[in-house]
Amino acid sequence: MATDKPRLQRQAMCDRLAMEFQDEWIVNLGVGMPTLCSNYVDPDKDLVFHSENGVIGYGPLAPAGEEDPHLVNAGGQNVTAVPGMAIVHHADSFALIRKGMVDVTVMGAYEVAENGDFANWRIPTRKGGGIGGAMDLAACAKQVFIAMEHCTREGQPRMLKRCALPITAPGVVTLVATDLGLFRVTPQGFELREHAPGWSAADIQELTEAQLIIPEDLQEFRFRG
Amino acid sequence: MKNKIYQSFDAAMADVADGSVFMSPGFGGVGIPRNLLAALHRQGARDLTGVSNNTGTLDEKVDVGTLIAAGQVKKMYAAFTAPTHPSQVTPFVQMYNNDEIDAELVPQGTMAERIRAAASGIGAFYTPASVGTELAEGKEHREINGRTYVLEYPIHADYALVRAWRADTFGNLQFRMAARNFNPIMAMAARITVAEVEEEIVPAGELDPDKIHVPGVYVDRLVQIPPDGIWD
Repeated sequence: MATDKPRLQRQAMCDRLAMEFQDEWIVNLGVGMPTLCSNYVDPDKDLVFHSENGVIGYGPLAPAGEEDPHLVNAGGQNVTAVPGMAIVHHADSFALIRKGMVDVTVMGAYEVAENGDFANWRIPTRKGGGIGGAMDLAACAKQVFIAMEHCTREGQPRMLKRCALPITAPGVVTLVATDLGLFRVTPQGFELREHAPGWSAADIQELTEAQLIIPEDLQEFRFRG
Repeated sequence: MKNKIYQSFDAAMADVADGSVFMSPGFGGVGIPRNLLAALHRQGARDLTGVSNNTGTLDEKVDVGTLIAAGQVKKMYAAFTAPTHPSQVTPFVQMYNNDEIDAELVPQGTMAERIRAAASGIGAFYTPASVGTELAEGKEHREINGRTYVLEYPIHADYALVRAWRADTFGNLQFRMAARNFNPIMAMAARITVAEVEEEIVPAGELDPDKIHVPGVYVDRLVQIPPDGIWD
């Protein structure tokens, strides 16, 4: 059965998204899986990692025993200072976001739709929600990349025609990495760009509610070189 | 010069009345006024409204969740009113599910700007965040230069409890690294601002005026964190 084949690891998914970061981009990584993107550092690219708590330009996680207790990223992890780092307060940090200076934000999601909508803050059967800075970032960053499992734990598709859950922002997602491949959001819908090793386009379509566009130059998923 | 230095956190929190609105900064576990929150917890004021990025964590440390768990808070403004992981059932989540506490969920950047609006005499502002989502439903929308925005209003407070790195006796404050977060805007937004201070409070004039994050005119009370205070 197609669904029993090995799938991509989370680090490989995040590495692949990080390969798309361009020189001098300002990058904001969401809490959880997206923070893995910072493990892939291309020495040929100067990236500025922005954290919504006002840290502009942080480096890798601090080694044990060398943590600065005042310096954390959005996930509360102790990160290191890099040359050129600047600190601002929370309102100025989001002023930078709303101005559109963040080139890409990478987030997790419950669902992504073929029109670029995505949902990651509320499950209607539970009261309340967890937005954090996601709505500000999603509405204002130049691009939104999503890293998520292709299906729910129950095996239901997350790549949909339209989101069923309350959305975080409409029409903003540009690229999705799942454990089955890499997908670009186009005006016509999801285009499968790269497939996980061993997975055919038909296998992936079987686990996707939205109709996938299969290009002639479909490639196998690229791993960190 | 008016003496702003209080000898204890309890003395600095003594006049917080039932029904007050308080702001509590902090993000990712740093820049949280834990000593002042502990004093407000001991003081016992009730029917409080809290303004804070989150609604408390599951760790043992004192935070806004300590006041919530004690039943002192009737309403929260926060960017998180549900756990990011369903297993994290905090006291807030339990009480919210039982309708024992009210909450307004606010996108984090909108919350920061609503606080800054209160701090800067702005009546309201338009932001693109939340447009097209259910959080924007019922709010005034406006198209400006081809982009849609929603109208958001300031969040005012009676008290801001803040955590500073350095201060002078006039109340000028400095913060360090990511511990700055919501501290300056909350310190400038509230009617009465109380700061707990990590380093020794120095005489006015010793801090470089060019390196002040919050001018002392906004700050009413200062308490030095003692060696046996809450440090992390």
